[in-house]
Amino acid sequence: MSARAMPRWADVTLVPLISLILAFGLSALVILAIGEDPVRATQLMVTGALGSSYGWGYTLYYTTNFLFTGLAVSIAFQARLFNIGGEGQAMLGGLGVAMVALFIPWPNWWLALIAAIAAAGLAGAAWAAIPAWLQARRGSHIVITTIMFNFIAFSLLNYILSHVLRPPTSMDPATARFDNTLRLPRLADVLEPLGIEFSRSGPANVTLFVALAACVLVWALLWRTRLGFEIRAFGESHPAAHYAGISGVKIVMVVMLISGALAGMMAVNSVMGGPQRLVMNAVEGAGFIGIAVALMGRSHPIGIIPAALLFGFLFQGGSELAIETRIPREMIVIIQALVIMFTGALDNMVRRPLEALFLAFRGRA
Amino acid sequence: MKLTRKFLGATAATALFAGTALADPAMVYDLGGKFDKSFNEAAYGGAERWAEETGGSYRDLEMQSEAQREQALRRLAESGSNPIVMTGFAFMSVLEQIAPDYPDTTFTIIDGVVDAPNVRSVVFTEHEGSFLVGMLAGMASETGTVGFVGGMDIPLIRRFACGYAQGVMAANPDANVIVNYTGSTPAAWNDPVRGGEITSAQISQGADVVFAAAGGTGVGVLQTATDAGILSIGVDSNQNHMHPGHILTSMLKRVDNAVYEAFTEGAEMETGVHVMDLAAGGVGWALDEHNEGLITAEMHEAVDAAEAAIVSGETVVHDYMSDNSCPISVN
Repeated sequence: MSARAMPRWADVTLVPLISLILAFGLSALVILAIGEDPVRATQLMVTGALGSSYGWGYTLYYTTNFLFTGLAVSIAFQARLFNIGGEGQAMLGGLGVAMVALFIPWPNWWLALIAAIAAAGLAGAAWAAIPAWLQARRGSHIVITTIMFNFIAFSLLNYILSHVLRPPTSMDPATARFDNTLRLPRLADVLEPLGIEFSRSGPANVTLFVALAACVLVWALLWRTRLGFEIRAFGESHPAAHYAGISGVKIVMVVMLISGALAGMMAVNSVMGGPQRLVMNAVEGAGFIGIAVALMGRSHPIGIIPAALLFGFLFQGGSELAIETRIPREMIVIIQALVIMFTGALDNMVRRPLEALFLAFRGRA
Repeated sequence: MKLTRKFLGATAATALFAGTALADPAMVYDLGGKFDKSFNEAAYGGAERWAEETGGSYRDLEMQSEAQREQALRRLAESGSNPIVMTGFAFMSVLEQIAPDYPDTTFTIIDGVVDAPNVRSVVFTEHEGSFLVGMLAGMASETGTVGFVGGMDIPLIRRFACGYAQGVMAANPDANVIVNYTGSTPAAWNDPVRGGEITSAQISQGADVVFAAAGGTGVGVLQTATDAGILSIGVDSNQNHMHPGHILTSMLKRVDNAVYEAFTEGAEMETGVHVMDLAAGGVGWALDEHNEGLITAEMHEAVDAAEAAIVSGETVVHDYMSDNSCPISVN
């Protein structure tokens, strides 16, 4: 077991960190190859994402998205289910938020927020329910079905936005803007009473705290409840869980419903917290970035917090790069892909030498 | 209310500070990118012309997804770009929200109207330009049947279709105009394969001139028409060069002029609605070495006369968007 070869802290921090450094190193080579300066690019990304409260406003906004989708992937992964349908589940979640926000006259934002969380969660869970059922009952592989459902979700949203929810006078496939009372307080509103000045332009809002609370709740669910134990047992070994009387069908269904609901809740941030209306591409790939976040965070609900922050930084820094240099925003997709490759596929490449290193030190001691 | 005032004060201060540091203009292209051979590329042409003539520099940014619009505009405004020009009605909703946050920045939106003191809204009378190319189509057609391939089925594109149909009828009252739209979702702007299929269908119904007002989809329309040996009409930019001798003309929408003017006048430009009509040279039709063999002297004369009549107000081309209907069916 790797846990014995290497102390736990090294497994949790050193492996992802070294993978990350390798990914950044390779990205720097790519930037050099397209004729730009990687040092300047790094500086631009850091100042753009973390150098001002405006940058932080966007970084934390994206972080909120990735916290939800990262959690969604993580909890499914605890049961060894690979939910790559976060994208579609979040799109449906957006539809749920839009329905609640457009058709019910809410007296204030926090009632609307609670309803939006519920609607987004329900819609996301409903979208995950079909692949989950197909996996639990029919054995259709969840990876295939969830990714297929992303395309169906996109087409469905496309249809609904173009035909049903688009205001008749508008030419843009998007819903009308939500009522102003539904505007979620942004970080600036939250921090002002504390005497901290924060830019009002960044869309980071109270949903960030909802996301952090969700991390704690998922942690408590996984490690402090019987259901959580069953989920983890099922993930470690299906036959053993079955032998212990744990229903595989129930676990697959419950885990995927929770996972879908978490992915769906992302839309509360990206629809209600940001643009205040549902646009075509509100998810912006966060469902897929959630996979990278979960891999980096070792699928641990608390571990994904720094991972989500890292990707929030990369996402915001990347859009700064696109403005300031000729480096396209897609550069971030390359970094992201490299992170997934190193932390996921090439995990052993970093782990094995590290383990050997630790063993060597221990042998000497 | 109190919060808003503070906020405005803060951004005004940053804008002022940034404004003195650098006040380069900025150009934001909508989805489709600046090299779409059509609408965005026309805007790019205008910005480049300004840069070449004045030696100035400008920033530009291409949208990759719908969700980036707000951030792109805010980022440019925060960093002191002024004026900020954007192409496409899709920016309307976002600009309505953010324009009040940056009162010292001047915005220009092309193809949409936003009512704010620091926004210039540039609109084109596409129906007038379409009328002229419709006349050319009506005169060039031997079968008496002409086609129209629209992009996404939205009022703006119906305005093109309606003007075109009126022009065809003006040249040949017995003509038959086949109108099709590529789709009802944004994918319709960039589906050259489907554009080609629609064109083939129209050809089989007898069309021998096809007008494409469909963004990137139009590339497929022009290609299919050329392959089938019939004439086609380009849109927005001058697309005559794409298939010399096969493209009858292009309906020009001088987005380049709108951008050039906005950049030249700078942050002090006059805001409000800015109508670029036929009289102002905002729309027109393209005649160059690639299509001069296709336009007879008779056609040229007739279109010139129609142009003069529209400019003088003698001929009024019905605008679909004025009442969401068209005297000639364009469904």
